[in-house]
Amino acid sequence: MASDGLSLWESISLRGVPAGRLQGPGAAIALADLARGSALGGRLEELRGRSVLVAARDQLTAALALIELDGVARRMVLCTPDLATQHLPGVIRDAEVDASVYDAHSVPEARVGVAVSAQPQLEGAQAPRRASLRSEWILLTSGTTGAPKLVLHTLASLIAVLATEAPPAAPLTWSTFYDIRRYGGLQIFLRALHAGSLVLSDPGEEVGDFLTRAGRAGITHISGTPSHWRKALMSGVTARINPEYVRLSGEIPDQAVLDGLHAAYPQAILAHAFASTEAGVAFEVRDGRAGFPEELVGAPHAQVELRVQDETLQIRSPGTATRYLGADAPVLKGTDGFVDTGDRIEARAGRYYFMGRRGGVINVGGQKVHPEEVEAVINAHPAVRMSLVKARRNPITGAVVTAEVVLKDPAAAPDSATVVREVTESCKRALAAHKVPAMIRVVPSLEVSASGKLVRPNA
Amino acid sequence: MSVRSTITSQFQQVAVEQERTLAPLADELKLVQSGLDSLSFAIIVARLEDSLGIDPFSAAVAVDFPVTFGDFVRLYENFGK
Repeated sequence: MASDGLSLWESISLRGVPAGRLQGPGAAIALADLARGSALGGRLEELRGRSVLVAARDQLTAALALIELDGVARRMVLCTPDLATQHLPGVIRDAEVDASVYDAHSVPEARVGVAVSAQPQLEGAQAPRRASLRSEWILLTSGTTGAPKLVLHTLASLIAVLATEAPPAAPLTWSTFYDIRRYGGLQIFLRALHAGSLVLSDPGEEVGDFLTRAGRAGITHISGTPSHWRKALMSGVTARINPEYVRLSGEIPDQAVLDGLHAAYPQAILAHAFASTEAGVAFEVRDGRAGFPEELVGAPHAQVELRVQDETLQIRSPGTATRYLGADAPVLKGTDGFVDTGDRIEARAGRYYFMGRRGGVINVGGQKVHPEEVEAVINAHPAVRMSLVKARRNPITGAVVTAEVVLKDPAAAPDSATVVREVTESCKRALAAHKVPAMIRVVPSLEVSASGKLVRPNA
Repeated sequence: MSVRSTITSQFQQVAVEQERTLAPLADELKLVQSGLDSLSFAIIVARLEDSLGIDPFSAAVAVDFPVTFGDFVRLYENFGK
């Protein structure tokens, strides 16, 4: 599959007009109709050369806009549906946004020049689309302060791993629990466009209803996080689809979820992939066992190179992102091109296993939580001196957030139960549900290192 | 407290904390219809590990993921037997 310099539309129509479909919960679009039709009301040319905030909330609408914009817009900033409005000004500034695409479920962005309305249906015969530049794809990923980091990819880096694979012999129908504006979902979106069709999920839809819809569409390939799959297993709805290929990514799967899926889909290829927005796709393992084979690390001549430094996995490949956007943005990769994933791994009996994140970033059901963000909320309570937020392993969501709290003056403070209740309430008001500590303990003290920093556990 | 009553009270408490409407807890109640989400179940399983001292989901042997409330209770009642 060639990708050099081609736009997304050119890439998927390289072997003729694409035959697949994009299917949302309410509407479906034949990709072939995109050759001339537009979801942007014929206003694509107004967006040429601009940095476009893709703020359409509906996934199908956003998907159509991305296909049209690649090769036309200078940048596409993929707004995740949970992006808090308070972070929008920073995103607009750092990505130099000067246009936006919105839909019936979002509001036109007043701070930028051109606002174009999009819809999940195609209109009229415009002139054939003309790609004039290599668009930058900007993905948002969570940062320590709660403000998102802006990660710059190109179409070439996004489909680097895909580009080495032979096209499927027969068209596939993909589906994913993910939102396509996140890296894991975007990978599936791009795969599906090149391979056949895609059935999109909907955040408001019950897992059973989604899988029923996916089953009716005859999906052959499907991906989700281990947490998505545990939910499907515990809903007793796995029989509604009959996939050939089941993929887990976004979190580290344990053996229980792999065994559960193998029992549910004994005929299917069961694959778990490791990827991050910054590092790209590192590998896919198909043996149904947790962890990954030792020989993947340091393999000579591999397209994706893996190495371990300070017990942490680092990746270099054509699939890594270019850099972060923004004036004070941190460095995304080292001078030798390796991206530090922050994931600690340990070898045991010929296999590497994931041991949690360095720096304590917590992954709750595929969503990252930075302990510092939660601690800042807890520490704002007048009776709290300091707090330590950490992960606790969990078989349902991979991890849950817990907190240990030291009181300023235990004698003068209200009783511990009251403080715990009040801290929980303020966390609920200030933070998304998955960031609110599931357990809070009042402790007499917390360990502080010689350099004056809170000692954080590694896992 | 019996295993069942410990589990029942955890379901009720977490439903209140997570501001979710809990369906009446009968054995045949499908967990997906209980009104709880994945995060709620994650918290319940963590708290049960503290109060009962066991986590059947993380056991060395493969478990069948529970589909109904009755399955869920039996998973804990039968653990280690």
